[in-house]
Amino acid sequence: MVIAIAIVRMRDLFATVMLTGIFSLLSAGLFVVWDAVDVAFTEASVGAGIVTVLMLGTLSLTGKSEKTPAYSPTLPLVVTVLTGAALIYGTLDMPLYGDPAAPIHQHVAPRYLNESYGEIGLPNVVTSVLASYRGYDTLGEVTVIFTAGISVLLLLGTTRRTKGKSKDDREEGEKP
Amino acid sequence: MRHHIVLRVVAKLLIPLILLFALYVQFHGDYGPGGGFQAGVIFAAAFILYAIIFGLESARLVVPPTIIRAGVALGVLLYAGVGVASLLLGGTFLDYSVLAHDPLHGQHYGILLVELGVGITVASVMIAIFFTFAGRSR
Repeated sequence: MVIAIAIVRMRDLFATVMLTGIFSLLSAGLFVVWDAVDVAFTEASVGAGIVTVLMLGTLSLTGKSEKTPAYSPTLPLVVTVLTGAALIYGTLDMPLYGDPAAPIHQHVAPRYLNESYGEIGLPNVVTSVLASYRGYDTLGEVTVIFTAGISVLLLLGTTRRTKGKSKDDREEGEKP
Repeated sequence: MRHHIVLRVVAKLLIPLILLFALYVQFHGDYGPGGGFQAGVIFAAAFILYAIIFGLESARLVVPPTIIRAGVALGVLLYAGVGVASLLLGGTFLDYSVLAHDPLHGQHYGILLVELGVGITVASVMIAIFFTFAGRSR
C-alpha cells in the first residue's frame, strides 16, 4: 500500500519502475503466505523480473521523467474512486477467505484434488489442472503470448530491413 | 561494458546456473511448483542478462533472431501438435490418455510436451521483445 502510493506520487520514472518491481516481489511473498506457490513463482519471475527489464528498456526509448499532465486529474480520480468503491462493495458478498463452504470449493475442486492423482498421476495438482483439465485455456494463453510476440516484431522489429521479404508479407497478412 | 570486470565474471558464473534452474523448473513442474511459463521466463532472463552485460551484438550471435522467430512459432505448433496427435490416435483434442498404452503415461508425456511448447514460446517471445526494444534504443 505504501509502495503503491509512492509509485503514484513519484515523478522519476526510473524509481517508479524499480518500485513496481518491489511491489511485484512483495505480492509474490503474499502469494506464498496464501499457499499459492505456483502463482507466487510466476509473479516473482514475470512481474518482478521480466516486466521490470522491459519497462527499463522502454524508458531508454522514451524519457526518464514524467511530464506534468495538461488536463485536470479530478474526473479520472472520481471515476477510479467510484470503480474501486463498487469493486470493494462487490467483495462484501464474497465468502470469507478459506471458507470450505464457498462455491469455488464445491464445484470441481474436490474432484481435481481427490481424483487427479489417479487420472493424471502427477503430484502437483496445479500442473494437472493447467495442462490437462484446462488444456484449451493454456493453449489460448500460449497463443496470446505468440500473438504479442509477433505484434512487437511486426511493429518494431522490421524497421531496418528492406521491404518485400516474403516471410514478413505473409505475417502481415494475418493482421486484423 | 568493457571495464565491468566483476559484473562480467559474476554473470559468466551465474548464467549456466540460471539456465540449469530454468530446465529444472521446466521438467520438474509436474512434481513441484513451476512449469512452462516460469521456466520460459527464467530461460529468457539468462539471455537478457547476457545481452545486458556483453552487449546486444554478441547476444545476437549466441541466439540468432531467426532461431528466436522459429521458436516463437515452434512452441505453439508443438502444443497444438500434441492435440492433433491425440486426435489422430483416436481421442479428443488434447486428450493425452491415448498417447501411450497406459493412460497415466500418456497424460505424463502429453503434459511434458505441452509444457515444453509453452516454455519454448514464452522464452522466445521474451527474448524477441527484449532484443527488439534494446535494438531500437541505439
